[in-house]
Parts: sequence; structure tokens; C-alpha cells
Amino acid sequence: MSYIPKSKVIRMDANDNCATALKDIKKGEKIEMGDLFLTAKQDIPFGHKIALDNIKKGDFVKKYGEIIGLAINDIKTGEWIHVHNLESHYMRVIKNG
Amino acid sequence: MDEIFFGFERPKGEVGIRNKVVIMSSVVCANNVVKQIARQVKGAIPITHPLGCGQFGPDFETTLRTLAGLGSNPNVYSVLVVGLGCENLTSKILARNIKKTKKPVDFFDIQDVQGGSVAAVEKGIKIVKKMVKEAKELKREPFEFSELILGLECGGSDSISGISVNPAVGIVSDKVISLGGTSILPEFTEWIGTEDLLIKRAINKEVGNHIYSTLNGFIENLKNMGIDFLGVQPTPGNIKGGLTTIEEKSLGTIAKGGKSPIQGIIKYSERPKGKGLWLMLEPGFDVESMTGLAAAGAQIIIMTTGRGSPCGNPISPVIKLCGNPNTCNKMLVNLDLDGSKIVLGEKSIESFAEELWEKLKLTCNGKKTRAEELGFNDIAIWRCTASPFQYLHEK
Repeated sequence: MSYIPKSKVIRMDANDNCATALKDIKKGEKIEMGDLFLTAKQDIPFGHKIALDNIKKGDFVKKYGEIIGLAINDIKTGEWIHVHNLESHYMRVIKNG
Repeated sequence: MDEIFFGFERPKGEVGIRNKVVIMSSVVCANNVVKQIARQVKGAIPITHPLGCGQFGPDFETTLRTLAGLGSNPNVYSVLVVGLGCENLTSKILARNIKKTKKPVDFFDIQDVQGGSVAAVEKGIKIVKKMVKEAKELKREPFEFSELILGLECGGSDSISGISVNPAVGIVSDKVISLGGTSILPEFTEWIGTEDLLIKRAINKEVGNHIYSTLNGFIENLKNMGIDFLGVQPTPGNIKGGLTTIEEKSLGTIAKGGKSPIQGIIKYSERPKGKGLWLMLEPGFDVESMTGLAAAGAQIIIMTTGRGSPCGNPISPVIKLCGNPNTCNKMLVNLDLDGSKIVLGEKSIESFAEELWEKLKLTCNGKKTRAEELGFNDIAIWRCTASPFQYLHEK
């Protein structure tokens, strides 16, 4: 669990490709997380996720070091991750047996 | 050994962190007598409930196991069980179950007392006053954390707990287990979506299969009842808060269980069959859940709350944490630790976990929690099975 005090975001595990906003982040805002620098490409509301990496359609999104779903579109570093571009992998497996 | 706590040794070697004298009703009809006795004896705790009669099969077994478990919890010095006399969960059966711990247990039925309820209250007061006097003679001694069973709970959840206080609780749970202790993670409806991870963490294939069949069976049952549980997860409120998928929501919840291997699944109110991390079958209503944890022998419970809860437990102290700055501001009086520093970016999860560990040690050594100070001691018993009357509800 890497965490930098006073950061605008929190990453739950070093292997995660997303982080959670600890405040409402505005489009264009610079974010510093240890040795990682990125710019928010969209508004990221408090409690919502931001991509820390380019994530390809069909790739897993990871939080807590675990899979939380599949990207259903390409997601670029700094973009907002939510229901419009992330889908439950679990639900897909259940539906398809 | 650096890490120790000071507790009370029970006859069979178990260790309590409180030294309670309990008056318990075996049936709802005895509740009032129990409450009247407790009102007149300082230091005695009443435990009452609306059950004890007209229950059958697994429903009866669950109620008996829960009440017996509460009386058997190592935090309890002695128990007086009061029954009415014609119920099916008798004071004698309940007392006999608690007596297996070899602690002082007494019981009587109101119908056997000459002079009715008034005399029954007098009789109870005499017995309980003596118990309270004896309990005071017992002194705290040092013990290792291998004696501790920690209950892990969340209630009034929001999307913040999972990224703040829950992972900190996980660190503390792992620490208790690394010291040879035990943790119990209830709320099985909130494990759904994380089956693969839980099965990977199971100590063997048998435990893994048990986890799979439990969750799969639940989802199948709901489907047969026409309830689309998965279709409404995460809830619209969760989604607004930033949670996208059911696995993300559940991962935030099971973060309380840390990263320790899973030893097995226990029934509601059942004692873990060994040390380490155990999953408990319980559907996720916090007061019911904490009752089950205390009945399973947990001497202490850590509860995270996002939207705020004042709840506690009459047997096991409940340490309450919150990571939501608004709730911490509004309900600080009901919280033992303010975890909002994590989301305010002022404290790391790891350093908050250290603070929580110190709080846990203080609480074990006798410091009262907010819920204890404010007198929150409700119980609720899970009625987990279809009753023979269920067909009456069906259309």
C-alpha cells in the first residue's frame, strides 16, 4: 500500500493501475504521487478513480492489487475510470456461466 | 514477549478483557424480571431478546447457540439464567450449555418461585449480588495475544471506508494473527465478487470448496426466489460515491480481514475451530453480526462505520472507526478513532493502523470504548432459517 501524505489521490497497492481521488480533482490539475506525475484529463470527483497508466480495452483494472473489472474502452493515463469504461469481470463470468 | 495485555483468566484457561456478571432471559416472558434485577444490582448486565419459544429446528439451535455463546464468552465471569418455565428454550438447557465453560452459572424459572415475578426479582437480586461481589475479587494478569479473538465488523458503510479505515483494520487483524491470535470476518453477502481471491487464500481445497458452495448457494437461492441480488450491486449510492463494480465494493469490505490465510467457515455464533482468520456465516446487519461475533467468543470487536453508527455490544467492547470527514465531524462522540486524517491526506493507512493497535491494547487492558461509556448494548439474533410457517407468507 503506497501512500504519500498530502497527496490528492491514494493508491491501495503498488501494482494498481488506478488511484482514488481524495478530493474533487479538476481537469488539467497536476497530481504527484511519489515518483509518478500525471495530469487529470477529466474532472475526477472525490472517491472516484483515475487511471495511472494507459489501459487497453479488454485489460484488467486493478485496485487493492486485485482485479476489479475489465476496461470496455481504451483508457488513457489521467482519465476518469467508472461505469462508462469499466465493467465487472465477475458479472461477465456469472452471466456466461 | 513485547506485546501483552492484561485480562481475566477463566476456569478453563480462556482469557477475558472484561469481567461481567450477566443476567440472561431464556425466553421473552422473563425479560422484565431480568431487567428489574439488573436495575437493582450495580455491575450486572441484562441480556434480553424477543425469542425462546415456538422455535424449531435450526432456528431454535441458532438462538440457543447464540445465547449460550454470549454467556460462554471469556469476558463473562458468571451468568444467572431466568426462564418462565413452559418455553422450549429452557433456562436449564441454556445454563447447562454455559456451564461447559466451568464458570459460575445459576438458573431458575419464574413459575417455580412462590410469590410470582415479585419474588423472582428478589431471588435474582440475591444471587446476582453475590456474583458481583465474587467477580470483584478477580484481578487482571498478563497474557499473550494468542488468547485473543478479534471480531471484524462494518456498519453504515460508504465508499470511503474501503480506501481508509478498512485496510488499517486488516493490518491490525494480520498483527493479531501473527501473534498467534484469531480473527473472525462476518458478512458473507459482502464477500460476493471476491470468491477467486478468498478461495486462493483458503488453507486447503476443502475450505475453498466450502467458500464457493456457500456463496454460489446463496446466489442460486435468491435467483429461485426471483430476487436479482447481483443486478443491484453496487447500489446507485455506491456508484455515486465512486464504486464501479461489485468486486471493487467487496474488496473494500474484506480489506478488514487483511491478507492472512483463511482457516475455514464457521456458523453464526460458532467458536472458531483454531487460531488464525475465520469467515463467519452472517448476512451483514451490524447488530446481529456483532451479537454473533461475541457469541463466537470474540472478546473485542473493531467496527468501521462510514455514515456513522452509535452501536455497541453488551459482552464485547466495540472500537469504532470512521474515515469519512463529515461523519467524524458530526458523530465524533460515538467514535473511538478519527480515521478521516487518511482521506485528508494527513496520515498514512500504516500509521493509522499503529494508532489502532495502541487503542486495541488499551481497550483490552480495560479502557472503555465510546459505546461502553454511552451505554450501547443491544443484541439481535439472526433468524437464519425458513420457519415451518413460511408457506403462510407465500402468495
